[in-house]
Amino acid sequence: MLPVSYYVGLSAILFTIGALGVLIRRNAIIIFMSIELMLNAANLAFVAFARAHESLSGQIFVFFVITVAAAEVAVGLALIVAIFRNKQSIDVDQMSNLKG
Amino acid sequence: MLLSEVVTSGPDFFYLAPWLVFFPVIGLLINIIFGGRFSEKVIGTVASTASGLTFVVAVLLALSLRAHHEGVTILLAEWIAIGELQLDWAFRVDTLSVTMMMVVGGVGTLIHIYAIGYMHEDVRFKNDPGRFRRFFVFLNLFIAAMMILVSGDNYLMLFVGWEGVGLCSFLLIGFWYEMDTLARASTDNAMAAKKAFITNRVGDFGFLIAGMIMFWAFKSVQFDTVFEAAHHIAELQPGIIIAITLFMLLGVAGKSAQIPLFVWLPDAMAGPTPVSALIHAATMVTAGVYLVARSAPLYMLVPQAQGIVAIVGGATALFAATIAVGQYDIKKVLAYSTISQLGFMVAAVGMGAFVAGMFHLVTHAFFKALLFLSAGSVILGVERGHHHGHHDHDDHGHGDHHDDEKSEVFDPGDMRNMGGMRKSMPVTFWLYIIGSLALAGIFPFAGFWSKDEILAEATALNFTVYILLAIAAFFTAFYMGRQIWMVFYGKPKHEAAEHAEESPPIITVPLMVLAALSILGGALNLPGVGTFTHWLEMTYEKFDLHLHHGEFNLTVAITSTVLALLAIGISWLIYGRKSVTFDQADPLKRILGPIFVGMENKWWIDELYWAVILNPYIAIAKFTADVIDWRFWHDWFHDKVIAGTFNWFSKTFLDSWIDQRGIDGFANGLAAGTKELAQRLSGIQTGFVRNYALSVFVGVVVILGYLILQ
Amino acid sequence: MTPELITFIFLALISVASALGMLFSRNAVYSAVYLIINFITVAVFYLMLGGAFIAVSQVAVYAGAIMVLFLFVIMLLGAEKLGNNETLGWQRPLAIILGLGLIVEILYILFFQANEIIAVKDLPEGFGSPASIGTTLFQEYLLPFEVTSILLLVAMVGAIILTRQEKKNV
Repeated sequence: MLPVSYYVGLSAILFTIGALGVLIRRNAIIIFMSIELMLNAANLAFVAFARAHESLSGQIFVFFVITVAAAEVAVGLALIVAIFRNKQSIDVDQMSNLKG
Repeated sequence: MLLSEVVTSGPDFFYLAPWLVFFPVIGLLINIIFGGRFSEKVIGTVASTASGLTFVVAVLLALSLRAHHEGVTILLAEWIAIGELQLDWAFRVDTLSVTMMMVVGGVGTLIHIYAIGYMHEDVRFKNDPGRFRRFFVFLNLFIAAMMILVSGDNYLMLFVGWEGVGLCSFLLIGFWYEMDTLARASTDNAMAAKKAFITNRVGDFGFLIAGMIMFWAFKSVQFDTVFEAAHHIAELQPGIIIAITLFMLLGVAGKSAQIPLFVWLPDAMAGPTPVSALIHAATMVTAGVYLVARSAPLYMLVPQAQGIVAIVGGATALFAATIAVGQYDIKKVLAYSTISQLGFMVAAVGMGAFVAGMFHLVTHAFFKALLFLSAGSVILGVERGHHHGHHDHDDHGHGDHHDDEKSEVFDPGDMRNMGGMRKSMPVTFWLYIIGSLALAGIFPFAGFWSKDEILAEATALNFTVYILLAIAAFFTAFYMGRQIWMVFYGKPKHEAAEHAEESPPIITVPLMVLAALSILGGALNLPGVGTFTHWLEMTYEKFDLHLHHGEFNLTVAITSTVLALLAIGISWLIYGRKSVTFDQADPLKRILGPIFVGMENKWWIDELYWAVILNPYIAIAKFTADVIDWRFWHDWFHDKVIAGTFNWFSKTFLDSWIDQRGIDGFANGLAAGTKELAQRLSGIQTGFVRNYALSVFVGVVVILGYLILQ
Repeated sequence: MTPELITFIFLALISVASALGMLFSRNAVYSAVYLIINFITVAVFYLMLGGAFIAVSQVAVYAGAIMVLFLFVIMLLGAEKLGNNETLGWQRPLAIILGLGLIVEILYILFFQANEIIAVKDLPEGFGSPASIGTTLFQEYLLPFEVTSILLLVAMVGAIILTRQEKKNV
């Protein structure tokens, strides 16, 4: 197979793009999707190491991450819907009532 | 194990030793936790079963000892390990301790059973049935503490038990702490409990000092270690052994009620009668005798100390016997009798006649328990008769007022209220006769054999003590005769005695067992057979103690029997034909005059102690409290010197400089600074989530970069 | 250039491009579609790495269920686009610089500092298959698995509570 570092490098690039998405975009839904991308990048690293070490634990972990992500999306989107109902917007910069 | 081995060596039950303590503790825990929902019968059964099981264990241990003469030590846990001090919580099972265990377990169980019946009525006479459970919890606690005392493998463990039984004694003497012996509201019982406790502390102080000297000299308080090293020390510094044994004697005098610390025991009769029987006659007070017997290897090294112990015992025996002659309370007579008999035992073990002393301890436990419990039965009978009489009067509906007045002063334990009770309480009467004959030392009852062994040994070992004890034995027979005539013969002197009723079987059956033991107890150590002698020698052989073997001395036996019969005859002459009432003086007073007044007033020992010790002590305490503590320390030193200086100092210096400028300035400055800082920092909090995320991201990149460059 | 490497580079390009596409799309619906493409390419990577079951889960759960939920919410709220009123103008360039810095750092660690893990050439039969995953899951990881079920239940209840319309006139 290819060296693990290739996959981990790709994973790092994807993760950074996800992080940038969180930092740059104002749309709450896109921020949320960026988080999913970061999770996915981490999963890729898990699977790559699982392959390298020939251990299933990495894949099991990915399985749990997917499950938790599903739960997170359900709650997160519910939050976004609730916020939209209040503010008529999903711009996270509008939600700055707590500024000092 | 082969069958033959089983037969020769016998089964080995030594591992059961810790259960001597566990059983009563389990019993009392059950009664504490669940007793509230139990009926009286269940509570009594639980407590009695716990006590009975300890007796079973003691018997099994005794059986096991037949194969292991030298005794066995059962280690339960390491207890204290500090520097040189290495102490284990270990149970010492040898013939001496097993003898005590069997007495404590056996007599204890019988008294538990008796107490079920006795306390059932007692708590009702005193209108507090809720206290029934408490009584049995205390009794079980006592059994546990006593077992620790007799089974300990070192002096410290013995001391733990010693203090434990002291505590139980205190709790049980003050069982009816809010009243006096006649159930009137008073602090008398509580005072009696305190008196017992404090007097015992004086003795314990001696015991503690003995223990400290022992640890200092031997670097150990473990029995075997001390006894083995004792020879060596005695040759180099005999003074140390003498000091240890004499300080120990002080402890013995406290616990076993010897001169000069015996004053607590008569007052201890404030406790319920089973307590008087179990703790203050049969078991706890014999702990001192056990202590001397256990420390035999030490006492045998110092004849001077032995002589002092013997004289103390002999003097106590005679002194207490004379007081017993002048008492009117049925239990007080027995209390002084107990002191006197303890004197016999202490004298015996002091002389070096350890076997005779322990033998008397065992038989005394039988007959003195029997006497106390029978006395309790008599008192209950009189109380029943008293209540019976009351109801009669109420039914007739007249003389109520007069009767109530009389009932307030009515004392069911006063022998001047009794008389003629052999008809109303026949079972108790015969039991009492058996106990009295055993105590008086009439052939062939148990007391005859054990007391005679002591007297025979005394003729050989210490003739002064023999004289004291022989006279004491004469008085013993006399006061028991006096008591029998006053209580059971003649005409009833009070309607309560006339209406007295016999006690139920739960009270009389344990008494019958004790009566049988009082009759047959002498068989333990018949002259020529000497079962008990051989039994105890197993323990003493280990320390190369060559005990003096008292031969049966026919002259002594005949002398004491004649003396006893003579005393009973004289008592019949004086009391048998004439009843003693409140109105007229005791007939003996006319014969002896001022001597009897002295006996009647206990030779003014309590008054002497008040005058010599207590009043000066209280005066000093008042002086230190009022003058030294309050006026000097509080009013002058504390208020004027310390507080005054401090006030001046604080007003002139602390207030303006330190407090206002220093501390206030610092605190206010801190607050103002924080406020300023917070106002500036609040600008960072933009409220934009992405902004915060960016900060985290900066952190990640910087830290990662730092790690790479490192 | 082995075929495997060529496949890897090809897929990696697609996945990075689709991620960037998600990042820079003005329309949230396009973002979602780009993300789906990304997820599918990652699923192919899983396959290459011997994680057949995980790959299928990825497609079914992530690319399927989760992304459909996203699209559903975007369309429900009608919030595909936001107005042009950027509040934090300086944040964008700073974030991009930091992002590039992070990538450089990680790649530096990967290729210059970390020890290369020598991977096993041949995987055992059935590695990553549903059967082997299931066995491991129900033997070694039974407790976490059961806890996860509770987590899902809580998330479900939480989502319902959060989106419930408060009745105005009670």
